[in-house]
Order: sequence, then structure tokens, then C-alpha cells
Amino acid sequence: MAGPEFEVPSLTEYTEVPKIQEGAMAHLKSFLAAEASQSYLGYPYELPADWKERAIDRMGQILDRFRSVRVFLDACVHCGACTDKCHYFLGTADPNNMPVARQELMRKVYRRYFTLPGKIAPWLVGAEDLTEDKLNKWYNYYHQCSECRRCSVYCPYGIDTAEITMAGREILNYVGYGQKYSSEILMKVQKVGNNLGLPGPALADTLEGLEEDMEADTGLPIKMPLDVKGAEILLITPSADFFSEPHVESLIGYAKVFHAAGVSWTLSTYASEAGNFGLFNGNYETMRDVAMRIRDAALELGAKRIIVGECGHAWRVAYAYWNTLTGIGWGGEDPFSKQLQDQLDLRYPQPTHICEYTWDLIQRGVLKFDKSLNDDRVITFHDSCNVARASRMGDEPGGQFAIPRNIIRAVANNFRDMPEDTIGEATFCCGGGGGMLTDDLIEARVKGALPRMNAYNSVVRKDGVNFLALICAICKAQFTKVLPYYGFDRGMVGGVHQLVSTAIKLD
Amino acid sequence: MTSLTVFYIGLFYFATLAFVGGVAYRIYEYSRTPAPLVIPTTPAPTTRTGVALRMTREVVFFESLFKSNKWIWIFGWMFHIGLALVLLRHVRYFQEPVWFLVEFVQPYGKYASFAMLAGLAGLWARRFLVDRVRYISTPSDHLMLALLIAIGLSGAGMTFVAHTDIVALKAFALGLVTFDWHPLPADGLLLVHLSLVAVLMIIFPISKLLHAPGVFFSPTRNMVDNPREHRHLAPWAAALERDKA
Repeated sequence: MAGPEFEVPSLTEYTEVPKIQEGAMAHLKSFLAAEASQSYLGYPYELPADWKERAIDRMGQILDRFRSVRVFLDACVHCGACTDKCHYFLGTADPNNMPVARQELMRKVYRRYFTLPGKIAPWLVGAEDLTEDKLNKWYNYYHQCSECRRCSVYCPYGIDTAEITMAGREILNYVGYGQKYSSEILMKVQKVGNNLGLPGPALADTLEGLEEDMEADTGLPIKMPLDVKGAEILLITPSADFFSEPHVESLIGYAKVFHAAGVSWTLSTYASEAGNFGLFNGNYETMRDVAMRIRDAALELGAKRIIVGECGHAWRVAYAYWNTLTGIGWGGEDPFSKQLQDQLDLRYPQPTHICEYTWDLIQRGVLKFDKSLNDDRVITFHDSCNVARASRMGDEPGGQFAIPRNIIRAVANNFRDMPEDTIGEATFCCGGGGGMLTDDLIEARVKGALPRMNAYNSVVRKDGVNFLALICAICKAQFTKVLPYYGFDRGMVGGVHQLVSTAIKLD
Repeated sequence: MTSLTVFYIGLFYFATLAFVGGVAYRIYEYSRTPAPLVIPTTPAPTTRTGVALRMTREVVFFESLFKSNKWIWIFGWMFHIGLALVLLRHVRYFQEPVWFLVEFVQPYGKYASFAMLAGLAGLWARRFLVDRVRYISTPSDHLMLALLIAIGLSGAGMTFVAHTDIVALKAFALGLVTFDWHPLPADGLLLVHLSLVAVLMIIFPISKLLHAPGVFFSPTRNMVDNPREHRHLAPWAAALERDKA
């Protein structure tokens, strides 16, 4: 591998707030999407002649449909509270990576076309015309945001830059500036059933191979069923779990948990993806179309419970949006919702996170562990942004922090948390979320990982930590790639259910 | 009645209309625009009561800002609390007899103007001293602080330095409320103070001062974290669902 064409930041004891360096990341432009995927998604693939009208028009529609965008564009007072909160700013020093400045790219245009002072005195309020140059800036900087919501925790009005980034990307798509990575994934998931474009027969083959491996390891016939009608549990997991390392180790962990619990479960070919990149692009309809595959699979297979594997943004969509988008959940009184509710098991939250499921079994004494099998590991846990700040596990607020840690403590003896201001709701994104997990953005990914790497480094040095436990497919792929840039072994990365898999006692 | 008095009567009626009408329109706009997805910043309350408490902490104590940056919090909170006390004290000019609470706050309200001014000065200093905040500051950000400081200084000036004819002023103010108009004292400091307040009221609904009503409509702060138990569907999303069915 050729060395990076950029300077990798050096690790420091604490992440320091850099002096701003204008234009430091202005050169970084994610690859543009081509005709095939853009047309499939109903977008143009190059700038149409009337692009400006289209963009302003779309912005107006978004303002009418999303209260978040309308309120957030009005409410900011430029207080500066968010300016040192974004990992991309901390890692790159580019002022446009400060959340407020990222929002300002759109706010300037909003003011110019939608507010009175911006129309009559643009210079006074910092309103600016939408130009092609500005559009390019949008493209660059709305693809240097992982939509992790850290800024929204610290904003006195709760302004969430993720909402602005999503709106920005939707407008960009609408004028033909789609991002290749996300655009192609959104086509693959709808055409094939998963983000990787892994067809059904290949998936069946992979699962069979894994079953053989598990049998060789344990001597037990642990299954990974596919498309089994009438199975109690439908497992929806990120497709990376099927063949990426270390993801697959967690998949094995889920299978062992289901085996130990003695339940019937199945994966689905048609819905072989938990991820939903529709979230990243802020298009409600696309997100709904992608999520609808899971409802359809659940109805087709007759599942009673829907459980979601380790994936951050997928859990956000599942937990917070599935009920809205597809009626997977409770409380809906309409026939559409009722149709599915009649089939689902009333005793459980729908959907359920795999960690909620496993923790419940642990509490009920169903699962037994030999914790010493994890004794070679000193483990820390990285709170994934979307799980931490956009979802929940269990009945209590903050269960998303407690439950994964409880599981780790139940299956291993050595656990250390990273510094307080880098975990929980203050967690730093891995740097690869929100549609940024692509090689053309590697510079932002590496630099954006700096705050997390500093925090990780501190427990590596202080406590001898050698295992970074994760519950997100994107985090796993991102850290596997980025850790070596900072001098760590990529083998330190793994899943929470990988730890479960190591320690679980089966018979 | 002098033309000066007539002008200020007109100005205040116009400013009040612009302020009330403008803010009401904005609130209408915010409330009419649905939040189609459940997006509270978590961990979030799971009940409406919990959300009311979260919003109260946010609005009264600036909870998120406290987590974020202690300097901005101190200056911002000083300014807002100072302003609240000063405003409450000003109620006395519009009523006779004066409420107990307004009487009670009178001595604090007088000195609260210093807290208000100190907070504003701190916030303004940050716009010059902190490179990140300097980068995001627009001319209107500076002007807004200048306006508020000028209002504070002219007001405090009348309280502590050059007293205006407060009895005549109260008659004028009460007259505005009861439509029984009285002359306005032609005192320079007072005229400056009143003009700037009118400007503030007029620009309120078209400026970043909308953060005041806006925070109550912020979906990341006012939504209940219960998406698995309640199906949340915006009207336009429900229409979309019907179309696709």
C-alpha cells in the first residue's frame, strides 16, 4: 500500500482544539455518482440547465416538510458552542468543518432566498446567492459530515447539523450531484437486497461455510438459517456481517446465542441488509423503500420477532423510524400497521436490538459463560454515534450505554472505559459514518478519527487495552482501516458479540 | 401633543404590531411544519412530562450550553437572566397598581442591568478573541450586540446617572396601553433608549432572535423518545403511505 498523501495527525494526551486553517480540506471531494445509480434513484446525474431553480425549489419543499430544517436555519445565534465539537474540525482544523459553519453554507442561501433581511440586505446578515462554486462547497463539506449528532448535544437550541447535511445532500442529488458510494449502495440494496450486492446463492453458500466452521470449532450443529418460513425470529443484520472481518465473528456470536436459547430464527435473502443509506441522504421516500423490504420479508416469512444485528445507523433507522416508515412497532391503529402487529409477538419491543436480546437472556440465566476465555483481552467499548445519540436500548434512557457494557462485563473480566468526555452521549464518531466509508474520503476518515484515537490511545497506554469492542458495521470497517495509520494493530477491532462468542458455553 | 410624542406613539404601535404579528406568524409556521421522524437527541425523556422538564432545564438553565462551554454559558446566562429581571421591572411602567412580583423585583431589576451588560460584553469579546467565533460572526451579529448594549447603557444611564421624568414617562406608557395618550418627555437618553427598543422589537421576528420561540419547536429537544411504542406519522407521510398502498 502506498503511503498516505496527507499528514496523519499525531496522537496527543488530550484532543486539543486547533487554530482554524481556512481551506484545509477544500480539496477533498468524494467521487460523483454516475448515470446508472442516479437514474435508478430518480435523480439527474449531471447539472441540469435549470439547476439553480431546482435547488431552491427543493429547499422550499424541504422547509415545508421538515420542521427540523426550518427551525434550525432560523434559530442559530452563532454563539460558537458547537465550534469545537466536531471530530472533523478537531482533526482537520478546516473552519467549514465546524458545525455552525457547515450549517452556514446552507443558511446563507436560505437567508438570501427565503428571508426578508437576506433579500434586501444580504451583506448585513451574511446571505449569499447560490452559485456553482457554492454548490461545489456544499458537495465537499456535506460529505465531510458523518451525521453523528455530537453537535446537537451541545447546541443550546438542539440544532442538529445532521439534519442540515441530509437536506444538503438531498438538494445536491436533486441537481445531479450524487455521491457515488451512497448512490450505488442505495441501488444495490434495492436491486439485490443488500449494500454489498451479494446475491442470494452466494449468501446461502457463505452461511453454509460458516455452519461448517462452527461445527468444526464446537462440535455442535449451530445453524445459520436462511429464508425459513415460520421461524420465530427474523434477524436483520448488516451485510458486512456475512463476510467481512471482524464482522463475521459477531454473526457467529448471534448464531451461538440463538442456539443456546433454543429458538428458531432465520435470515432473509430479500432483506439481507440492516443498513439503510436512505438515512444519510435525507430522502424520506428512499429510506422508506429500503426499510419496506424488511416489513415485506417479515410478512412473507411470518416472523414473530424482528431482531437487529450490530449496526449503528441501522439501529437508529430500526429503532426510531421503522414504526413510522413501515409499521414495524406498536401503537399504530391503521390497517397497514395492524396487519403486521397481528403477526408480531406482543411481549417484546419491536424491533429488538441483538444486545437487548442477549442481555435479557443473560439476566434470566439462560446463557452461561466462561469469562476466562476472554482473559487475553483488555477491552474498551466505543459508543457508536447513532446508537448513542439517536436511539435507545431497554426501557430506560441511557440503556444504549449500559446494556452493551453489561454484556461485556458478563462475558469478560477486563473492561476499561475511555475518558468520560469521549463516551456516552459525548462519544466521538469513528470518522467513517454517514456515507463516508469510502476510500475517496480516506483523508477525512483518518483525520476525523483523531479524537477517538487519542481517547483509545490513553487507555491503551494506561490500562493496556488491546480490544476495541464495537456494535456497528461501519465502525468496525472504519477502525480496521484507520487504526494502522495511528500505529495500532487492526486486529484490536472486534464486535461485542465476538466477545460473547468467545466465552459462551454451549451444550 | 407634540409631533415628537405622536411619532413615538406611532412607532410603538407599529413596533408592537410587527413584534407580535411577526412572532405569531413564525410560531404558526413552525407549528404547521411537521417533524416527520422521531429525532430527539438521546438519551431523551420517554414521557411528555419528562420532555417538559428537559425543555425547562434548557430554557431556564441553558443545560446544553452548560455542557458545552462554560464561558459562553456564564456570559449568556448572565445576559438572559439580567434581561429577564430588567424586563420584569419594566412592567411597572405599564400598570397601576403594580403587581407584587414587579415591586419585589424592583431593586434586583435595577442592578440586573449590570449583569446584562457584563454578559453582553463577554459575548462580544468572544467574537473578537476566539478565532472560531470570529470566523462565524457576521456584521449583524456585531450589530445585534451593539444594539443590546446601547439599550442597556441608555437604560442604566437613566437609572443611575441622569434620571428622566419617570412620572411623565409612566403616564406616556400607560397611555399607550389605555389609548389615553400623554406627552413623552423630550429627554435625549430616553428617546435613544425607546428608539432602540422599537428597532429591536421590529427586527425580532426576522432575525436570529427567533431562537427564543425556536427552541420550543426544536425536534431534538421537544420530542418524546417512544418510537417503538407509538407510531409517529406526519400528515404528508400518511398521504404518501395512502398513495403507495
